[in-house]
Amino acid sequence: MSVNLTLANVDLEYGSGKERVIALTDVSIQIKAGEFVSIVGPSGCGKSSLMNMVAGFLSCSGGTIKLGNESISGPGADRGVVFQEHALFPWMTVKQNISYGPKVNGWSKKNIDARVAELLDLIGLAGFANAWPKQLSGGMKQRVAIARALANRPEMLLMDEPFAALDAQTRRMLQDELLRIWEKTGTTILFITHSIDEATLLSDRVAVMKANPGEILDVISLNLPRPRDENSNEFLEARRRVSELLKRASNPI
Amino acid sequence: MSNTILRVGSVTFVFALWWGFSILNQHMKFFPPAMIPSPPEVIEAGWGIRDKVPSDVLISLIRVFEGFVIAAVLGIFLGCLSGTSRVAENLIDPVLEILRPIPPLAFLPIFIIWFGLGELSKVLMIAFASFFIIYVNTYQGVRYADPLLMRAARSLGAKKRASFFTIGLPSAMPEIFTGLRLGAGMAFFVLVAAELLAADNGMGFRIQEARWQFRVDRMFFGAALIGVVGFVLLGALRRLEIRLLAWKPSRDEAR
Ligand SMILES: Nc1ncnc2c1ncn2[C@@H]1O[C@H](COP(=O)(O)OP(=O)(O)OP(=O)(O)O)[C@@H](O)[C@H]1O
Ligand SMILES: [Mg+2]
Repeated sequence: MSVNLTLANVDLEYGSGKERVIALTDVSIQIKAGEFVSIVGPSGCGKSSLMNMVAGFLSCSGGTIKLGNESISGPGADRGVVFQEHALFPWMTVKQNISYGPKVNGWSKKNIDARVAELLDLIGLAGFANAWPKQLSGGMKQRVAIARALANRPEMLLMDEPFAALDAQTRRMLQDELLRIWEKTGTTILFITHSIDEATLLSDRVAVMKANPGEILDVISLNLPRPRDENSNEFLEARRRVSELLKRASNPI
Repeated sequence: MSNTILRVGSVTFVFALWWGFSILNQHMKFFPPAMIPSPPEVIEAGWGIRDKVPSDVLISLIRVFEGFVIAAVLGIFLGCLSGTSRVAENLIDPVLEILRPIPPLAFLPIFIIWFGLGELSKVLMIAFASFFIIYVNTYQGVRYADPLLMRAARSLGAKKRASFFTIGLPSAMPEIFTGLRLGAGMAFFVLVAAELLAADNGMGFRIQEARWQFRVDRMFFGAALIGVVGFVLLGALRRLEIRLLAWKPSRDEAR
């Protein structure tokens, strides 16, 4: 597991003729294996669009997206996706949700069971293996969604505002948990958020985007030691850098 | 708990109203007393033809069952096709939309000419009647399966076909079940109509026979029998649905 994600001069247009919308222009960024990169930017700047292209749900209108040396041509098990809404399959139990990926990829039953047990342990929900999604709290659902996305041992995890729908306390808990999981699994993470605090707390680098047309304004390397202290001067200074760039992205000129 | 009390209470009330009115009518003679039999008289009438009841119920149930199964298989199959393929949708849907508004009973005379007075014409008419609602519900359920769930499945490595069978179809289950329940009701509804018009046995025919005999009490009994059998049938289907769809957040939980 050591593959870089490379976006080179990526463009994206929606619709054609009068309805043509240029969602992204000339987006280039390279994400190293094992890196945690966040994307922030005003609403409508194309963050989700960008992620949907990396996930393979959309194809780009120009430029290339490569994972290692392979061009991305559609969704695949090498990229796990966590959505803003948990997107769990409601008729499957927690266990069935997590094992879905390995199952459709033809893992042996023994390997599936071992993997599910390991992941349930990782997210601390071993007691809920046979619960239905409707029986879980919002935070628990999102944990299961993360475990499900990790089940195939993907090269990278794509997360589109995964904690935005949670209350502050639960969000804080899941942020710590995600860091723990990231450190333990070494997965590359591309993380979209609206929150400057969240981006500063979690990421190695933060890409700041602007809208109309959507592009990456700049990428900030945080260079903060971990674990991070949100009250330390270095943290507040890094947060300020992100915040200032974002302000520039939101009010151009 | 209080749900049960209300339900039982309302049924009891209507029943009592009927009984009370038939007694009142026997004294006041608003109508000839034989026209409005009381509950005990209806039960007595049923007792009088008790040797015919089991075979009537059986033959009617077989007709409903055969017609319903044909409708369910075709409806779910075509609904899945229309729901997943644009080409199939354009080929199938317009034809069915034209046939749909025609009342199924309009086809009975045609079916009788084509297939004779035997079982086939009745079974086909029942199938025809309950097919549409099953088809439409399946089609809508599959067509509008949550795209987010489909994306999740694809990103986990499921190919198109696998994602239909593991995600698209199960996520349409609530709609399919609604279709099946409504379709079963429809099947039952036209069964009785078909038996009134073209049968020499079955629950519907027994009402027709009572009409020729001017036996309103037997007609009441026939209607009540159909009601009870239908109630049990639809109740069983509802039970099955609740069990199979236990994963679904219910109305009470959603509040
Ligand atoms: N399916 C679509 N068809 C047409 N235009 C679209 C479509 N999806 C997104 N867009 C447009 O593309 C632009 C980027 O949308 P996108 O959802 O990627 O933004 P976002 O940065 O994720 O916003 P938010 O922070 O609100 O989630 C917007 O202008 C939006 O109107
Ligand atoms: Mg978005």
